[in-house]
Amino acid sequence: MFAELNELLDASPQRPESGKFTLLRDTRTDGSFLVHHFLSFYLRAGCKVCFVALLQSFSHYNIVAQKLGVSLTAAKGRGQLVFLEGLKSCIDLVFGEEEEQPGQPSPLQFLSESTSDLKALFDFVRTSLTPNGSDSWKGPVLLVDDLSVLLSVGAAPVAVLDFIHYCRAAVCSQLKGNIVVLVHSNEDSEDEENELVVNSLCHHSDLILWVEGLATGFCKDVHGQIKIIKRVSLQLTAEPDLIQIYQYKIQDKNVTFFARGLSAAVL
Amino acid sequence: MAAAAAGGGAARGCGATSFQRKAAGGSRLAAIAGTRPSVRHGQLLLSSGLPSLDCVLGGGIAVGTLLLIEEDTYGLYSNLLFKYFLAEGVVCGHDLFVASAKEHPDNILKELPAPLLDDTYRNELGEEGTAVKSEDFQDSMKIAWRYQNLPKMEASPTSSTKFGHYYDISKRMSPELFQSIKRHSFYLHEESSLEPKMKACNMNSAYARLLQSIQRIIYQEGFDGSDPQKKQKTILRIGIQSLGSLLWGDDICSSDTPEDIHSLTKFLYVLRGLLRKSLSACIITVPAHLIQNKAIMERVTNLSDMVVGLESFIGSERETNPLYKDYHGLVHVHQIPRLNSLICDVSDTKDLAFRLKRKLFTIERLHLPPDLSDTVSRASKQELAGSAKLLSSGCGAMAIGKRHLDF
Repeated sequence: MFAELNELLDASPQRPESGKFTLLRDTRTDGSFLVHHFLSFYLRAGCKVCFVALLQSFSHYNIVAQKLGVSLTAAKGRGQLVFLEGLKSCIDLVFGEEEEQPGQPSPLQFLSESTSDLKALFDFVRTSLTPNGSDSWKGPVLLVDDLSVLLSVGAAPVAVLDFIHYCRAAVCSQLKGNIVVLVHSNEDSEDEENELVVNSLCHHSDLILWVEGLATGFCKDVHGQIKIIKRVSLQLTAEPDLIQIYQYKIQDKNVTFFARGLSAAVL
Repeated sequence: MAAAAAGGGAARGCGATSFQRKAAGGSRLAAIAGTRPSVRHGQLLLSSGLPSLDCVLGGGIAVGTLLLIEEDTYGLYSNLLFKYFLAEGVVCGHDLFVASAKEHPDNILKELPAPLLDDTYRNELGEEGTAVKSEDFQDSMKIAWRYQNLPKMEASPTSSTKFGHYYDISKRMSPELFQSIKRHSFYLHEESSLEPKMKACNMNSAYARLLQSIQRIIYQEGFDGSDPQKKQKTILRIGIQSLGSLLWGDDICSSDTPEDIHSLTKFLYVLRGLLRKSLSACIITVPAHLIQNKAIMERVTNLSDMVVGLESFIGSERETNPLYKDYHGLVHVHQIPRLNSLICDVSDTKDLAFRLKRKLFTIERLHLPPDLSDTVSRASKQELAGSAKLLSSGCGAMAIGKRHLDF
């Protein structure tokens, strides 16, 4: 986790919040560093994490998490982390043998069936985050990287929105946990389905972290800007959303955040 | 110091360069010919066959990743890159898997360029080399003395690396080099049209059969490490030509509202899964300029690791533009992956152009020629502004700048 981002978000692993839906959104750049941040943040906070990793392999996240001070294999071993490796389960589903264990359908069932609902994936999330008696973890957390892939492999946008809605009802409301979801978006994107999903999620999120590449192009010292939108307007107190904009630079083990125009190279 | 490093490099095998850091696991990893571990993230890197493209991609193609080439208008130069990738596999002793719906893979393999051995390459560059040397010997710069201490820009690749090889496209590769190479091919029109055994998940049947074929080779030859008996000591290089074109039975290139927009992306997702768990690397060329629905290309880019687009000047007004007279086209790097790390090895030069100079294909930084006209005419100023706007757009991995900084 990045200490500076914790300060900006006013979050601390000692007192993780509950019932929050955080949307990570990236435009013209790669926002996956935020996923690594939240993964190590919630593991440090002692929460039970269900990580749906659709695009990269387990070793990728493990190596980065070790740089950030958390071991994913140890977390898996003690039951704190449930890791769904999308690529692996897709291969098992598509090329696997005919006999599956009955009662344990693959979470990515929608790939092989013509019904495009994500019920199997939701069941997987719910069973992994429902606490059984012996657990002593603080609230459950669902982490999804990234949601746009589900649209690419054939899920309908409505099915994706239904899945997120069910997850919110189960994880945020019932289990008092948190959800963090990464999506890609582009202002002039022609992918209407994706824009539909992203806009809808923006309306329902409590916190939006919007990572954009600089409008003026590539820069070695400033890798992009991050817009932190705290959706205070959802609390119906007639206050507008709180928007803060910072710029960031990604280093090997850390990401530094600074006010716009005040990067270390300039000062 | 240098001698010890060179000795270590030579002892490690034919693929290692002499500039390698002696990492702890380095000797273990570099046991596979034609690869070297990356300095940044310890992944095994392969050469793409074009050393200047390796520089652009941050050292090479990582094992388990996918390189997507967006074809230029007539597919000439992307075909060249495709052949370079396969030729590099032959020279390094890797296994090859070639899939095509356009021409028979055996014909593709017959037309691979011949590798240039070191002394012949030096002879080729002989005249240019002496020209460069004479500049080196000249005295310190008199007028541009401020630039004296800047590092020399490497506009063209040096010949001192053993990692990549150079190829002469005017000569064919001799058949002796193929003797020990295991080749697998998939020619769509010769494949049996049996229903594939995999759960086809509503994918285009050509793609399904191709995936089945790739998975069968990976499993049987032991590239995924599932069989402890067959310990593979080499890499599988997969090349798929013109994926998404009409010949594969997909209509995304010919229609604005294709029947099935998910086939290609599903194929790429399953392929990504196969690549990640095996010792292989894949190059795919896609006729992106024909795909009307841009949403598909966005999704395809998100599902690939490295995306490089070629834009050739053939037939466009840039062919006769004096600004581009030295080059044959532009190279756009749309995406570079961040593997096992928060940062990626993206190169600083975003304005890249390629040219086919005599027998060599090189990717270089785009240099605009100096404006030497006597009267700086309005027309040339507009051209410069237009090309400067092109230059200010950056790599997709970082940002694409729309605003042109005008001082």
